[in-house]
Amino acid sequence: MSREDSLVTTDWAEQNLSTPGIVFVEVDEDTTAYDAGHIPGAVRINWKTELQDPVRRDFVDRAGFEKLLSAKGISNDDTVVLYGGNNNWFAAYAYWYFKLYGHQDVKLIDGGRKKWELDGRVLSREVPDRVETTYTAQDQDFAIRALRDEVVAAIGTQNLVDVRSPDEFSGKLFAPAHLPQEAAQRAGHIPTALNVPWSKAANEDGTFKSDAELAELYGNLDDEKDTIAYCRIGERSSHTWFVLTEILGKKNVKNYDGSWTEYGSLVGVPVELGA
Amino acid sequence: MSCAAPDQTAGIPVGVDVSSQAVVQGKVCKNNEPVGGAFVRLLDGSGEFTAEVVTSPAGDFRFYAAPGSWTVRALSRVGNGQASGDVTLGLNQLDITVG
Repeated sequence: MSREDSLVTTDWAEQNLSTPGIVFVEVDEDTTAYDAGHIPGAVRINWKTELQDPVRRDFVDRAGFEKLLSAKGISNDDTVVLYGGNNNWFAAYAYWYFKLYGHQDVKLIDGGRKKWELDGRVLSREVPDRVETTYTAQDQDFAIRALRDEVVAAIGTQNLVDVRSPDEFSGKLFAPAHLPQEAAQRAGHIPTALNVPWSKAANEDGTFKSDAELAELYGNLDDEKDTIAYCRIGERSSHTWFVLTEILGKKNVKNYDGSWTEYGSLVGVPVELGA
Repeated sequence: MSCAAPDQTAGIPVGVDVSSQAVVQGKVCKNNEPVGGAFVRLLDGSGEFTAEVVTSPAGDFRFYAAPGSWTVRALSRVGNGQASGDVTLGLNQLDITVG
């Protein structure tokens, strides 16, 4: 994979709003952002109510994902172009999630909703009416998803990348600072993890940094080893997974979606504090 | 909606105990008029990104930080700007003028 295969510019997006076979999908942390205006023709996916199982802490299953995409009017051969607010955190999460269920052609708008808005491009409140499809998903690809036992086994042996802010890594904060600091689990990080905040991979306008800057940023990763990225709930680490896998073309990179909210609540696992 | 007198208590979510939180909030303004839809990021003492929010139509933003030194930096279609301060538990006001 490379930047050309997986990223599009806001210019490209605007020029392709009506291109058949391209579906724009907005995924936001603030799931109401879409209502106030979105890229014309874009459909919304709610990461909380539509991508998560309502009872167990896990994703919707394969049949559930098929039902969701069919209802959204997305076909297997469509190019899905994702974007969202908060520097594409949840759009990158959705990108990874689409790949997890085997969708072939997925792209991310570089800079996401922020870049689109800073560019002064038009937003629409009109909700598109797409014809329902019959979508077929694949089984989850566990080559890109890490579960907890694998993470514990990776301590001291594989690359662990903690992409949260330095204050979350050190244990000073429990959560990103736009959320109340009321998490119940322990603070800190997984021993031997490197702290490479996701934000170092992005410019101020939300676009990704250049290939050369990104290669340097992750220069400390041992390419002979597998890599697992994590954050608090797996969305910022999807952003880093995207950089490592889709832009830099690294192999064997997994996203640990359980992330700190799971690891920091496990009984008996090692936790490290401090920078 | 002038920027002269920011509302110190606007809309803290129910159930959040402000006395146990280091709340950093403020208003983004240009020429004494609020700037809604601005992107405000919270930077730690070393300038590292910690979080980002979008201002309300009244130009308001809020973060839940920790005691210490913080910077808030705004990006908007009408200009950029930033402000810094030492933050303690409770409400801390840091307004930003952009231009």
